[in-house]
Amino acid sequence: MLKTIRLFFDHRDVLEVETPLLCSATGTDPQLDFFSSHYHCVANTESAADKRMFLQTSPEFAMKRLLAAGSGSIFQICKAFRNSELGRHHNPEFTILEWYRVGYSLSELINEVTELIAELTDNKKSPYKISYADLFEQTTGLNALEFCPQSYRAYALKNGLEDAIGLCENNHSLWLDFLFSYQVQPTLKQHPICIVYEYPAIQASLARINTKNPNVADRFEVFVQGIEIGNGFFELSDAGEQEKRFDQENSSREKMGLPQVKKDQHFLNALKSGLPECSGIALGLDRLLMIMTETQSLNDVITFPFDRA
Amino acid sequence: MARYSTNEFKAGLKIMLDADPCAIIENEFIKPGKGQAFNRVKIRNLKNGRVIERTFKSGESVEGADVIDLETQFLYTDGEFWHFMEPDTFEQYQADANAVADSVKWLKEQDICTMTLWNDSPLSVTTPNFVDLTITDTDPGLKGDTSGGGGKPATMETGAVVRVPLFVQIGELIKVDTRTGEYVSRAKE
Repeated sequence: MLKTIRLFFDHRDVLEVETPLLCSATGTDPQLDFFSSHYHCVANTESAADKRMFLQTSPEFAMKRLLAAGSGSIFQICKAFRNSELGRHHNPEFTILEWYRVGYSLSELINEVTELIAELTDNKKSPYKISYADLFEQTTGLNALEFCPQSYRAYALKNGLEDAIGLCENNHSLWLDFLFSYQVQPTLKQHPICIVYEYPAIQASLARINTKNPNVADRFEVFVQGIEIGNGFFELSDAGEQEKRFDQENSSREKMGLPQVKKDQHFLNALKSGLPECSGIALGLDRLLMIMTETQSLNDVITFPFDRA
Repeated sequence: MARYSTNEFKAGLKIMLDADPCAIIENEFIKPGKGQAFNRVKIRNLKNGRVIERTFKSGESVEGADVIDLETQFLYTDGEFWHFMEPDTFEQYQADANAVADSVKWLKEQDICTMTLWNDSPLSVTTPNFVDLTITDTDPGLKGDTSGGGGKPATMETGAVVRVPLFVQIGELIKVDTRTGEYVSRAKE
């Protein structure tokens, strides 16, 4: 798998890079918990001057710093770490393939992702592409972009998902996460590759808001046989907007009783100096390998899974 | 009692849910790439045996249930309660009809059963998978019949009715699978 990937990018003149796993800052996303550690100023001794370091949850910030410095299109295969994520399709330490294409539109990137996955999974069928809103409506009859609490609740009651009402309350994004995971995603199993594009703007993450329709973000996800494999963006390059999102996420953290996260100034400075227009995506390679080997759990493709690591 | 967060959920963990003790059967971690994580959990209510599905937001915690399993010996019933004893400590427990439930038809004096205690009182009784019981009543078998084909109902000493082969007679000891209620074989004294 790694050989195929490296060859794939070699043919396309995309440069392989390596960035630190241990970083001085991390993302503010309240839904992403991180591992942190301390650098000791004096060996074997803890002191107030020790520097807190984070294991990366993804190489996104560092790679964007390279892009801002003029690297051109780049890719990286590396480990990423996410705390408290453990399950059949989650291991706290996992392998990411992340790449950025300077000057690519989202649809060009979608084509490239599909070609790579098709090559890896030996699939010749063309991918199934659908917008988030269409897919959501097709499965649930609900409007994903406009939150109507009554109809969301009525749908949950009718479909034996009473739990959602108490869990999600009036949080639109939470409702989308719940209904998408429980009702929508299972319908994607039949597709060898499925691309869901135009995610709702409230789930923009690090994607740019669509210039024509402010209700959606230039973000897409790739599902292979119904399993989420990757997440791609037309990258947000506006440093002011980026900082605003960090602040918003930090205030959500406060509401959720989570500690504040220091904004990554290196990253913000890089954006200020100018990130070229680009599209980027990260794929979970362990999950892809699981699908390629037709196994059911990440434990089958990781040498020593978390509980035996 | 300790509280357990969703990260500690695993099959077999006993928790309190809607004021009833429950056991987790299956726990699935669900997380959309950039969203809220959920735990979708299959749970058995230990009071009524019903299996339900519940979703928790990951990170939530629930109260643990003080539920333990004990090996106990069935002593006798007084009609209202069934009395059991833990052989090591001689501690005695009385279970009511709710706790004994369907196990009642397989309960033979002196047999060892698993008793589930919740806050130190009997919640349920599980009989061994196989029990040896004496037949107290059945139609006489036909001469020359070997095994196979048909069978007939037979009443056990505990009152249970089991389908047995035609050649098995009153007074014989047979082995029964309590999970299916089926005859397994003749048994030796």
